[in-house]
Amino acid sequence: MTQLEMAQPEMTQPDRAQEPVLTVRNLSLDFHLRTHILHAVREVSFDLYPGKTLCLVGESGSGKSVTARALLRLIDAQAKVSGGEITLHGPKGPLHLHALASNSREIRAVRGGRIGLIFQEPMSSLSPVRTIGTQIVEALLLHRKMTKAEAKAETVNLLRQVEIAQPEHMADRYTFEFSGGMRQRAMIAMALACDPDILIADEPTTALDVTTQAEIMDLIARLQAERGMAMLMITHDLGLVAEVADHVAVMRWGKIVEQGPVDDIFHSAQHPYTKALLAATVRLDTAVKRIAPNRAGQPLLQARGLTKGFGATNWRGKKTYEIKAVDDVSLDLWPGENLGIVGESGSGKTTLGRMLLRIVEPSEGSILWHGDEGAEEVTQMQRPDLARYRSAVRLVFQDPFASLNPRMTVKQVIADPLVVAGGMSDAALDTRVAELLELVGLEQSAMERYPHAFSGGQRQRISIARALALNPRVIIADEATSALDVSIRAQVLDLLLDLQKRLDLSFIFIAHDISVVRYFCDRVAVMHQGRIVETGPAEQVCTAPAEPYTQSLISAVPNPDPRDRRMLHRTRFNA
Amino acid sequence: MEKASQIPEETGPAISPLRPGEDASKIAVSGQWTLIRQKFLANKVAVFAGIIVILFYLVGLFAEFLAPTSPTLAQPRFTYAPPQSIDFFVTDESGERHWQPHVKGYTMTVNQESLRRSFVIDETAVIPIGFFVEGTPYRLWGLFEMNTHLIGPLDASKPMNLLGTDSLGRDLMSRLIYGTRVSMSIGLIGVISSLFIGVVLGALSGYYGGWTDIVIQRLIEVTSAMPTIPLWLGLAAAVPITWSPLTVYFMVTLIVSLLAWTSLAREVRGRFLALRDEDFVTAARLDGSGQARVIFRHILPSLTSHILAVVTLAIPTMIVAETALSFLGIGLKSPVVSWGVLLQDAQNIRTVATAPWLLVWPAGAVVLTVLSFNFLGDGMRDAADPYAT
Repeated sequence: MTQLEMAQPEMTQPDRAQEPVLTVRNLSLDFHLRTHILHAVREVSFDLYPGKTLCLVGESGSGKSVTARALLRLIDAQAKVSGGEITLHGPKGPLHLHALASNSREIRAVRGGRIGLIFQEPMSSLSPVRTIGTQIVEALLLHRKMTKAEAKAETVNLLRQVEIAQPEHMADRYTFEFSGGMRQRAMIAMALACDPDILIADEPTTALDVTTQAEIMDLIARLQAERGMAMLMITHDLGLVAEVADHVAVMRWGKIVEQGPVDDIFHSAQHPYTKALLAATVRLDTAVKRIAPNRAGQPLLQARGLTKGFGATNWRGKKTYEIKAVDDVSLDLWPGENLGIVGESGSGKTTLGRMLLRIVEPSEGSILWHGDEGAEEVTQMQRPDLARYRSAVRLVFQDPFASLNPRMTVKQVIADPLVVAGGMSDAALDTRVAELLELVGLEQSAMERYPHAFSGGQRQRISIARALALNPRVIIADEATSALDVSIRAQVLDLLLDLQKRLDLSFIFIAHDISVVRYFCDRVAVMHQGRIVETGPAEQVCTAPAEPYTQSLISAVPNPDPRDRRMLHRTRFNA
Repeated sequence: MEKASQIPEETGPAISPLRPGEDASKIAVSGQWTLIRQKFLANKVAVFAGIIVILFYLVGLFAEFLAPTSPTLAQPRFTYAPPQSIDFFVTDESGERHWQPHVKGYTMTVNQESLRRSFVIDETAVIPIGFFVEGTPYRLWGLFEMNTHLIGPLDASKPMNLLGTDSLGRDLMSRLIYGTRVSMSIGLIGVISSLFIGVVLGALSGYYGGWTDIVIQRLIEVTSAMPTIPLWLGLAAAVPITWSPLTVYFMVTLIVSLLAWTSLAREVRGRFLALRDEDFVTAARLDGSGQARVIFRHILPSLTSHILAVVTLAIPTMIVAETALSFLGIGLKSPVVSWGVLLQDAQNIRTVATAPWLLVWPAGAVVLTVLSFNFLGDGMRDAADPYAT
């Protein structure tokens, strides 16, 4: 356990002059489940210093969120703090948070008063039935001695500080009238209402697009510098860590495996897990490009002028309004090629993918498929032809939990397309499923198990096996790696590339994550508000984009190197 | 285990087992019913309620054997006789106590002012009782000629009325046991027919949406807007008086179920709407499955446990409806025996004052059954989706 001893804060931080505002020593936390006790947090120690940011990094299930909530005693009834000390230092002397009851007056004064909290999903952490203003006023009245009028004035002032335009009017709006980024700003205003010493941000930008994420992180950094707050940021994104952290603690399975200044962690990591995590992140960012296929001959799939409008019609069948989710999109996919489609949420990339398979019927446009039987128009296909087309062009879904029927065994899931196609004996099905499982790197014993016995990455492998069952030519991967942790993500991407070599596949890879697209794709199409704004070779689009929108998008992507923070001096785009 | 996570020292999150034997490999291969059963068995109240429900059904199933006598056998000598209690020891002439389960007989007194007869327990009259005694002959399930009863007086001509008798001197305990059969089964039959209508219409409405959905939803609204009691009264009056009690019984069930399918249809529609757009259903469509296959292979299996829970919660409604109808005199009628018919005997205040057992026991049976079904249904609903987070 030499790494752990080295990771003690006293040993790595001898030169810190300032006193910590919060110290956590040997914090342990157990979840009492029905059949076992889960030691979610084990012997965790760290300090928070004024004006500094500590990032708690780890993959899902590492116990990072639960650690942060334990600081405020906001944990489930099943969970028990089994040991350790949490001490909040202040002018009135130290306050031992671990000794307070979870709903005592003292801890409630700390929550929102001395420690502010921002959650990942602002939509569910703000009340939908009250205006933003009243919610902030309530926080002010609870913690500060103010009259209602003073609190209202202070609310407007706070909203102005978090850069919400026209704060007087926006205070009277409801949560659903705010965009995701604005909601997170309002959430920050609320957390700051009582001028806390410490701000805990639990994945504050995970639900946001990269450009919005960059803006929010700018804002947090500025407010932190103005107020000298200590910040504990929880994230899984090493790129973001490199951009904002002063100190980093890496968590795995409830333990801090390594902690230290951000530069040490990124450039001289000691623990093998930290190294593995960094390798997975950096590998995606600095990919060695594979040789792009020769774009000669006939494209496999040609989309021309694809448009999808959503709208309402009145009783006479006339359109009252129409929103174009996808607007006049044309693209080509050559055999053996990986085409990336990038865009922020709401850019229409998922709708485009689903239109290519006619899960969503296109309003206009054509899709030309050059399969084994010559050129065919997909939008005109009837049922038997469409089934044939859909067996050649397959979809891999984003959510590995929702896309597998939980009531079927893995064998039934993978064999389902084969059963529908018919003409195979049970023994032949068994052999084929075993073959497919081996292809995606799962053991044969997986066959009789149910999906709930598998992790996210393994489930995604099962989805891929199902997609491969019918020997497809094209796979449309709709955010297929977004729900996975970074180390698993790299493995799944490598698996797909390997399969491509062996099975002569082409991919349409829909993603919001630029680094993944850069690693995986030969060509990239950038979508913005339903249109393709730029298409080009992946390396060129990701390093030297031509269009201003693409430039702003690329420059907002966090760089996993604390010595080259690029998010703060990014290109801004106003559309 | 994924490759990159093979890092020395630790191989996974720290877990201390509380109970041995429940290892992960077993859960990995357990299907939805195993998971549902485990979750259900953890809910002790629901399990207890389930046992009570099963006991009630067993009572209904073996009613002829369990009842001490025939439910229609009138004993004019013992009208409104109070319940007897069971004693186990008798003292003979020599003053020695020995084992002899027995009940005490009755003596009749006549109130000279009102000229009303009343019965009191005669402490000296010993009526020995026992298990598996011969008594009134019956046909078990209408098939087997038998005359053995689980419990009864050793001398069949002596009275044994553990729960008392009614105005014609019929044994309440036997009537209650026979009534269990009718009342518990009317719930089942009613629910099965409303289940059929509800699932079919709900599935059509949820899966296809659009116009189909609009028409079926309006139909549901119209049906649930019907004032039920007047409708029952009207329909029951329309049943020809010449029909046998059994046919009437069947008609009543049908009438009740024709109005009770709406909530089930709504439930099924809601689940269909939610599941229709699940990724795994889209995946099944892309795999080439036709509509029938998507519905029966992928959507319905996810619903069966929910439907079962809804059905369990619908049965008590049926039981209460039957009781209410019979109490009002428009449902079942004598000689059919049901809990509602039994309660009809306790309609006037004089009965309640002089023979409270006629009210207490049938009403108690209804309350206990309905409560048990509700607890059972709640437990099943909680366990119905083992994959919900």
